[in-house]
Amino acid sequence: MADDTLLQIRGLKIEATSYPPGEPPKEVTLVEGVDLTLARGRVMGLIGESGAGKSTIGLAAMAYGRGGVRLTGGTIRLNGRDIRLADNRTLRSLRGKEVTYVAQSAAAAFNPAKRLMEQVTEASLAHGLLSKPEAEARAISLFDKLGLPDPETFGDRYPHQVSGGQLQRAMTAMALCPRPDLVIFDEPTTALDVTTQIDVLAAIKEAIRDTQVAALYITHDLAVVAQVSDEIMVLRHGRMIEVGPTETIIHDPTQDYTKALVSVRGLDHAEKPPAEPVLRVEGVTARYRGTTFDVLKNVTVDLPPGQTLAVVGESGSGKSTLARVITGLLPATQGRITFAGRELSGDLKGRSKDDLREIQMIYQMADTAMNPRQTVGTIIGRPLEFYFGLKGAERDARVQDLLDQIEMGKGFADRYPAELSGGQKQRVCIARALAADPKLIICDEVTSALDPLVADGILKLLLNLQAEAQGAYLFITHDLATVRAIADKIAVMFKGEVVRYGQKSDVLAPPFDDYTDLLLSSVPEMEIGWLEKVIAHRKMESAGN
Amino acid sequence: MRLPLSALIGLTFTSAFVFIAVFAHLIAPYPIDLSVGKVWEGPSAEYWLGTDTIGRDILSRLIYGAQITIFVALAASVLSFSLGAFFGFLAAVKGGWIDQLLSRGVDLMMAIPALIVALVLLSVLPLNLTVLILVIGVLDSTRVFRLSRAVAADIAVMDYVEAAKLRGEGGVWVIFREILPNALSPLVAEFGLRFIFAILFISTLSFLGLGIQPPLADWGGMVKENKDGLIYGKAAALLPAGAIAALAISVNLVADWVLTRTSSLKGGRGG
Repeated sequence: MADDTLLQIRGLKIEATSYPPGEPPKEVTLVEGVDLTLARGRVMGLIGESGAGKSTIGLAAMAYGRGGVRLTGGTIRLNGRDIRLADNRTLRSLRGKEVTYVAQSAAAAFNPAKRLMEQVTEASLAHGLLSKPEAEARAISLFDKLGLPDPETFGDRYPHQVSGGQLQRAMTAMALCPRPDLVIFDEPTTALDVTTQIDVLAAIKEAIRDTQVAALYITHDLAVVAQVSDEIMVLRHGRMIEVGPTETIIHDPTQDYTKALVSVRGLDHAEKPPAEPVLRVEGVTARYRGTTFDVLKNVTVDLPPGQTLAVVGESGSGKSTLARVITGLLPATQGRITFAGRELSGDLKGRSKDDLREIQMIYQMADTAMNPRQTVGTIIGRPLEFYFGLKGAERDARVQDLLDQIEMGKGFADRYPAELSGGQKQRVCIARALAADPKLIICDEVTSALDPLVADGILKLLLNLQAEAQGAYLFITHDLATVRAIADKIAVMFKGEVVRYGQKSDVLAPPFDDYTDLLLSSVPEMEIGWLEKVIAHRKMESAGN
Repeated sequence: MRLPLSALIGLTFTSAFVFIAVFAHLIAPYPIDLSVGKVWEGPSAEYWLGTDTIGRDILSRLIYGAQITIFVALAASVLSFSLGAFFGFLAAVKGGWIDQLLSRGVDLMMAIPALIVALVLLSVLPLNLTVLILVIGVLDSTRVFRLSRAVAADIAVMDYVEAAKLRGEGGVWVIFREILPNALSPLVAEFGLRFIFAILFISTLSFLGLGIQPPLADWGGMVKENKDGLIYGKAAALLPAGAIAALAISVNLVADWVLTRTSSLKGGRGG
């Protein structure tokens, strides 16, 4: 049915000019040969790793190229006309009216100096679609539909006065307000906690169904996209890998890449038996200077050598603070930490070189964890030099050993961090930690910034290294799939307290306390209809709501 | 890498100035303090740029003046950057009372106009090049301190600095190996600017009679000596002024180029 077609993309080609340092600029093709047909009221999921071109394609649907990106070939037909080469006037008249956009980070996309209502109704007013009272009435009804608190007065607030999940829903309201034909959702829930993600996801899904709007839903999480889309397109390196109904993609993928994506969370880890701990945290309470509340309340956990303790919780639960206390960056106000049989000084300055050496840290953002002006050789070599006094050829040989251990091989020692991929960067950070020959490695959300397949590789590497070197890991994460893959013991944290703690098999077995239940049930599963099931049986609201 | 035109021009002129400054005694046709002609002669084959208020060759004085001006300004700028950047980084890294002490001290110094402090100091201290360089360098370092501290404060909260601290690294490694390389771009840009300010500052002081003392000449002093000529339509004062302008522009063209180079360096913040 031709008149039912809203968006039709044929043979889309998108190019950009890249400026590699020290080399002449070169043309790169970001997207090539993408065909996409979207009927009115349907939802198409675009899925792929970072760099797959999914956001670029999403923005192309409104004929927009971000930062020098050019739409160089093919046709983009929206409502029957080709908009690829349309002039600015035409584009202005359709953006915000026929097509709207929901960005990944709502916090960065809202103007902090204006009230939400003004921003939500802006497009409708600018296009003269609605009068001010009409637009505001519509916004309020959308706030209500999206489950925002006090819909009548919600719009009077400023962006910083609402939570991240609420802001993301406000942005959805903004996109839906002018009654567009098409909404582009660009990773709308990626930056949210799992428990909040569900609320937002459910709100978005309901809003899409009620308003009969068509949507392109961009995400890297197949389980998420399976909940909202009718069809899924799998992308990789700017090419289509596979496209089909959601059912088919999830249960019967034909391409190897899609199969890998579907099975990515299959990693499982056999739990090790309890043993004498190497790290013992007893009754630790901590607060930040100048604040009046404790971010950690009486936390007691311990960790045997060669095992992994996963600390799970949402943002603000105090899990990263626990890491800061153990490393000595934030001295505890109460309680004590014993490590390898000796009590650790609360403050970094009071610790011996061996104390420092034996506890190493791996960060979430490998980008900022490495000095951009140091080569990989220096980054990995410095701990060797600093702790063991290795110099010259001896040091270089050991650096190469470590690079081999992290499966990176030769030729990397002279590179700068900017010349590595995300996964490689994280591997170098692991090598830097290993260089100190530590007894304990604290991993702070080490895989959450990575694509699923890359994250999988990092987890496998960490497990292999643990089997070889018998190091203990304190693994901080919000992702329960990761926990299943790596943990021996689990501590679930909520608002600064450990609410559930024990061996993995005990923690993950019912009966659950309310919070653990919420957390566990919030992890998206690759199953159609899962979202509705979860919403139906929830016992408590998420903390971020 | 191809050199952009502006950088080429800047480099050519800057190196020409430096060359002239270094080999002044070989290039200059006449001695610096010898009256060789009549007062305020126009340009001629003998005196290319004419003569000044007491009949000295302006070209020779400009050439010797380049030596003094560039040397003093460079020395003062290097001093102000060494002091300012080091203490700025220290304040940002250590924080606490060290930061308070340094920052409030600098605030105090900046609260009094630099020119007045310089005039007071120079009228008390013996007038020679070393004192001049120290005074200008120290006064200017307050500005560099503020910039360095702000830049370093941003860098000091990066995870890689935290990682270095967790490793047990001392302040020297953190400042010189973690922070300095990443703070270089803004500092280089500032250096181009500060160098010119130093030249102008020396010129101002010389103009007021407390800068470079005769028989030595600097460009600012030369403007002062010849300013009366302007009334009679003599261009003698404009030549050193033009030399200052030319040096200012060419040095900043080079600084701009270094800035784009360093920020697009492998792994730079921009690239």
